[in-house]
Amino acid sequence: MDAAVTGESIEDIEIQLLLDALYRHYHYDFRHYARASIKRRLLQARTQLGYDSISAIQSAVLHDETILPRLLNYLTVQVSEMFRDPSYFRALREKVIPHLRTYPSLKVWVAGCSNGEELYSLAILFAEEGLAERTIFYATDINPAALRAAQAGIYPLDRIRLFTENHRLSGGHSSLSDHYTADYDRAVFDKSLRERTVFSDHSLVTDAAFGEMHLISCRNVLIYFDRELQDRVVGLFAESLVRGGFLGIGSKESLRFSAHADHFADFVGDERIYRRNVR
Amino acid sequence: MTLQAVVIGASAGGVQALSQVLPALPADFPVPIMVVVHIPPRRDNALVDLFARKCRLAVKEAEDKEPIASGTIYFAPPDYHLLVETGGTFALSSDETVNHSRPAIDVLFESAADAYGPGLVGIVMTGANHDGAQGLRALCAAGGQGIVQAPATAEVATMPEAALAACPAARAMTLEEIEPALEAMVER
Repeated sequence: MDAAVTGESIEDIEIQLLLDALYRHYHYDFRHYARASIKRRLLQARTQLGYDSISAIQSAVLHDETILPRLLNYLTVQVSEMFRDPSYFRALREKVIPHLRTYPSLKVWVAGCSNGEELYSLAILFAEEGLAERTIFYATDINPAALRAAQAGIYPLDRIRLFTENHRLSGGHSSLSDHYTADYDRAVFDKSLRERTVFSDHSLVTDAAFGEMHLISCRNVLIYFDRELQDRVVGLFAESLVRGGFLGIGSKESLRFSAHADHFADFVGDERIYRRNVR
Repeated sequence: MTLQAVVIGASAGGVQALSQVLPALPADFPVPIMVVVHIPPRRDNALVDLFARKCRLAVKEAEDKEPIASGTIYFAPPDYHLLVETGGTFALSSDETVNHSRPAIDVLFESAADAYGPGLVGIVMTGANHDGAQGLRALCAAGGQGIVQAPATAEVATMPEAALAACPAARAMTLEEIEPALEAMVER
């Protein structure tokens, strides 16, 4: 059969084979990631890493495991901002924190934490609200390099102006500069912000639920998954939350079409903050 | 090949340019139209309200995983890339900016070229950067048809000029010529 009959391009076949290879050899499972974005990222990897084809990447990564971390950086790493969408963090502060205050101890899961911008935003928010001492944060990602970056908490100084403005708009009542030290062209965030954070290698695709979370924040991760995988992950979140616990997702994400939507009720609808039903 | 979808990219001066083309389309225009306009990354999408008032076609912001419907004009949300999946649904991404833009015209055009191949027409309008040039080239390479707002008639000629340079097969047109050209491509 020729391509016109199968309707599948050679590149699409190569991508499927590469994703199968990554799963079978390394147990990294990107097979249910939204395909258009994966394709863009792999074509970028092909060009920038200097391969002639996606098949050449497959051969290289199967025979040389040192290629894997470089490829993972293309497939997983997100550029985010601290306090991205300030109104989300304002809603957490004004609407969710009053409920969280009623618990003697708290567990917060930042799922798909990437380089840690969302984690530090929440850690600063919880410190400002006086809840840091009773909270344990879990920051998880599948990319070891991203976890190391999150653990380090160092960001280019030229991004700090944006972070500072976002923080102010989110209703922050400290100064962002109270939480980092400028070091040449870098901002090094305070160790105290991550003293109570557990960094962990965890895959939303293949790993099990985390127990008894009061808040899960997972923003702009679900858009990278196909419907089927979104369903799995939302089910995982439902399982991981205490009854009455909160789930925050990206401003263009929704639980509306999820098979597990009935586990959740809108809490702050505009900000995509949901509450786990009690039953 | 029957026209299956239209993609449009516009930047500086784009709202005015689109205002001459989109409202002219009839209510029974039978294919989806997807639009990227470079806009600041704020949350509320004023474009949807603006064009919903002016257009006879339905106008909405594209949502992640939404099935793409005929006879609808979709705008990319601010601060997200808009992509088309081969199954005929939208996908959003918050990947880094492309050509300093998110949403980027190239990202929409390249993914739509994969999904629709020769059934796609792409239009690059006024703008002060080079976004859309690579996308239009990919679109034409996949068998689609390229249209570029004639640079001399564009508020800012940089983007149309870059698109024509990258994709010489594209036809330059005035804004007045674009809507009749689209009408001529659809089957009823």
